[in-house]
Amino acid sequence: MWRHFAPAAAFLALGGLFAFALMRIGQGRLDVHEIRSPLLGRPAPTFVLPSVTDPSRLVDTKALAGRMYVVNVWGTWCGGCREEHSALMAIAHSTTVPIIGIDWKDDGQQARLYLAQLGNPYQQVAADRDGRVAIDWGVYGAPETFLVSSSGVVLEKQVGPLSEALWAEKFGRYLQGEGGS
Amino acid sequence: MIPELGTLSLIIALLLSAAQSFFGLAGAHRNRLSWMQVVTPAVAGVWVFVALSFGILTYSFITNDFSVGYVAGNSNSALPLVYRIAAVWGAHEGSLLLWILILSTWALLVAGLSSSLPVAFRARVLGVLGLIGLGFMSFTLLTSSPFTRLLPAAADGADLNPILQDPALAIHPPMLYMGYVGTSVAFSFAVAAMLAGRIDAGWARWTRPWTVAAWMCLTCGIALGSWWAYYELGWGGWWFWDAVENASFMPWLASTALIHSLAVTEKRGLFRSWTLLLAIFAFSLSLLGTFLVRSGILVSVHSFASDPARGLYILALLMFFIVGSLTLYAFRAPSLKGGGGFELVSRESFLLLNNALLVAAALLILVGTLWPLAMDAFNLGKISVGPPYFNMVFLVPALPLVMLLGIGMHAGWKRASLQTFRRKLLAIAGVAGVLALATALIGFGSFGVPLTVLGFAAGCFVMGSALIEPVQQWRRGQGLPRAALGMAIAHFGVGMFVIGVTGVASYKIEKDVGLAAGDSATVAGYTFKFLGTQPVSGPNYEAIEGRVAVSRGATPVTELATQKRTYRVQQNPMTHAGIDVAWNRDLFVALGDELGADKWSLRLQYKPLVRYIWLGALVAAIGGLVAILDRRYRVRRTTAVPAAAPGSASTVA
Amino acid sequence: MTPRRKRLFSVVAILAGVGLAAVVALKAFDNNLLYFYDPSQVAAGMAPAGKTFRIGGMVTKGSVARTPGSLEVRFVITDFAKSVTVVYDQILPDLFREGQGIIAHGRMRDGVFVADDVLAKHDEKYMPPEVAKSLKHAIPPEGST
Repeated sequence: MWRHFAPAAAFLALGGLFAFALMRIGQGRLDVHEIRSPLLGRPAPTFVLPSVTDPSRLVDTKALAGRMYVVNVWGTWCGGCREEHSALMAIAHSTTVPIIGIDWKDDGQQARLYLAQLGNPYQQVAADRDGRVAIDWGVYGAPETFLVSSSGVVLEKQVGPLSEALWAEKFGRYLQGEGGS
Repeated sequence: MIPELGTLSLIIALLLSAAQSFFGLAGAHRNRLSWMQVVTPAVAGVWVFVALSFGILTYSFITNDFSVGYVAGNSNSALPLVYRIAAVWGAHEGSLLLWILILSTWALLVAGLSSSLPVAFRARVLGVLGLIGLGFMSFTLLTSSPFTRLLPAAADGADLNPILQDPALAIHPPMLYMGYVGTSVAFSFAVAAMLAGRIDAGWARWTRPWTVAAWMCLTCGIALGSWWAYYELGWGGWWFWDAVENASFMPWLASTALIHSLAVTEKRGLFRSWTLLLAIFAFSLSLLGTFLVRSGILVSVHSFASDPARGLYILALLMFFIVGSLTLYAFRAPSLKGGGGFELVSRESFLLLNNALLVAAALLILVGTLWPLAMDAFNLGKISVGPPYFNMVFLVPALPLVMLLGIGMHAGWKRASLQTFRRKLLAIAGVAGVLALATALIGFGSFGVPLTVLGFAAGCFVMGSALIEPVQQWRRGQGLPRAALGMAIAHFGVGMFVIGVTGVASYKIEKDVGLAAGDSATVAGYTFKFLGTQPVSGPNYEAIEGRVAVSRGATPVTELATQKRTYRVQQNPMTHAGIDVAWNRDLFVALGDELGADKWSLRLQYKPLVRYIWLGALVAAIGGLVAILDRRYRVRRTTAVPAAAPGSASTVA
Repeated sequence: MTPRRKRLFSVVAILAGVGLAAVVALKAFDNNLLYFYDPSQVAAGMAPAGKTFRIGGMVTKGSVARTPGSLEVRFVITDFAKSVTVVYDQILPDLFREGQGIIAHGRMRDGVFVADDVLAKHDEKYMPPEVAKSLKHAIPPEGST
């Protein structure tokens, strides 16, 4: 009699493995991608790029030295970026840590329209038209979000759309004493 | 307003599905005819509203409604109309809607074509199908709605992924899903039979055409995907043992085993519990495939990896159907005692071996596919299982399978002497051996790799063996029953496939060369002369086109064009290969990179007999189609109608 | 065949199948499990000498060098801690570019990773699951043969 339960048990075990793996992916402890975030704990790449909102001005990371800041890589062509946009807006309101946008391989006109329509969560937005800066940051997809410490080191990285919950979970612990949650 | 109607009709379809499963299952359980009579209209209603929902999404694509997030993410105003339609199933949400549309279409077909079935049995089958629909519709609505609005609307869309902009890919997913989802019908029949507690020859006979239909679609879908990968991905491979491919191949192996096992159960009443198990397995492996490619657990897909909720939901669905049905099986199986016996040499034995080998191959592929995940999850290192593993675990069961197939086709039920066929089979084996040697030595000029001659011989033997009965009947001036003819055709296709695989694996030549305009390279006796490059532009891409003149000796063969395309919106480069097709070989040219010094890298390939791989699959699928049209299935349908009503009472457990 | 002999036969057939499967699987597994190492692990000498393995990292900006007119290409991949030079003499995948994550398949020789297969892993964008395989496919298949 019991041997007839063997197939059910086998699939149950398989389900257990999947649930375990999904759980670990959810906790960020399992990364099925083989290339892990190489920048973590390394000095953040610096850049000087024209601003999207005012092309006559430049966005320079040197001006941010000594402060903690967030870098968010996005593009108007990117669905995941639209998905996370409202979360970014909320985060921008709730924290004093500036968010620097890198508008990746995008059209400036469209980017301005996008920000005008959806709101602008960024303190500054840099236009990375040819994608060279994104390469420095090791970006392989949009959206990606980085947290840079006041000493200029990359503390944390999020690949894929951000949510407020994810923000609190992954980035929250670095922000104590920075005047935001 | 229109997209909201899409959501609304999906919600209505969900409610109707709930009615379909409740009245189907509860009606049969309580034996209430009035409840069971609700099921058919419910099935029709579900189909209408799912189709409406799907139509609305398609309409949003056609009209470039970029206020719908899914449309904005996967289409563009410059995208040609036909690809705007194909883009509907170009990503997760829309392809899920297609999945549901196909499921409800299968249910509609079952409802329409099964009037001869006992009322309670039919109600249960449709009830189970309704339950599956309910699960997937709620999944779509709760986690993956394609109708979610993007406010304010996007100015233009992000375009469809360039590799999807291809005619074969427009039909590949629907075909594949027809097969995937089609296994749900055999599953529902199995669950209905277990619920009723009556698993008999009738059950097997009703299930057979549906299983063959699903198998046929799955075969076509997989072959289309393989063909597409061959020419569109630019590098000329036809099978990669990728997790996504394995996800479709495992249900195919299980359905193939199921078709053969069902034959035994129908004809001899044997292997009943095994057949039930296979019906559950085939659908389980389909669901597993759906889970694996959509949960982000194996294939690194950005937006899925960040959303384990989707993965968990679909995992829960998966476990409900698989573990639920297997538990039901565990309770029913002990009561299923085998029927009559059979001799060691008999059709039953051959089919048993067929099943053992197919299931062994499926299990080994499953292990190879999941092993890296298991290792990674338990922090035992990042590994991958290479294609040689899969080649080996597939080849080792497949070779004896093909050899046995040539003989087993002619074995009689219960006890086979094979005397009547012995001389013919020996003659065919002899001819096949000679043909194989001739193909290898005269056709290709060498013995190739160790298994080459064996592969050719096995392919020829199966093809010849499949022809015995049709030829015999034709000589006698009699027609073969469609089911037998279909079997012969399908097995003939298997032989063609084997020959194609053997030819490519043994004699393909791939050569990467660096050529300047005017330079030549020779591959397999063909001279490829590079004529240089020029810029060209397509509707939504720019490209550099390289032209290559091919000649054999002094005779010009063809001129091929190969492109390196860059799509305007997504800016991803993509190689478009130039292919020359002939009955015995493909010549394949793909443009690589600019090497400096005016040279370009080019990949030149000679692919002997490669077409027989897909042609064989197509012929096998046609065999399936012929078998479905057998009068046996139709005659019973019409004659069995009067018997249905009294029969229904006895099946209600 | 009596039911008992039939059962015996089925059991023997199943056992033979399972046994065959196990032998084949173990043997094939043994030869085809490819471990994955990053450049730091390779620099620390963790990668097996003379054995095929896979390595992954970002292609360092400005490191792609090609002898004009030749197929051979050299580039450096890095995990931002350590770097490894890779040599490859076939056509690079469509999505190969500087700054891109890649996986290479091959072995170490004289301190250089000699690749017989290079895979570009990621697209810039979301990819539909049914065709996500194509990213891995934009490569020379099978590599070794």
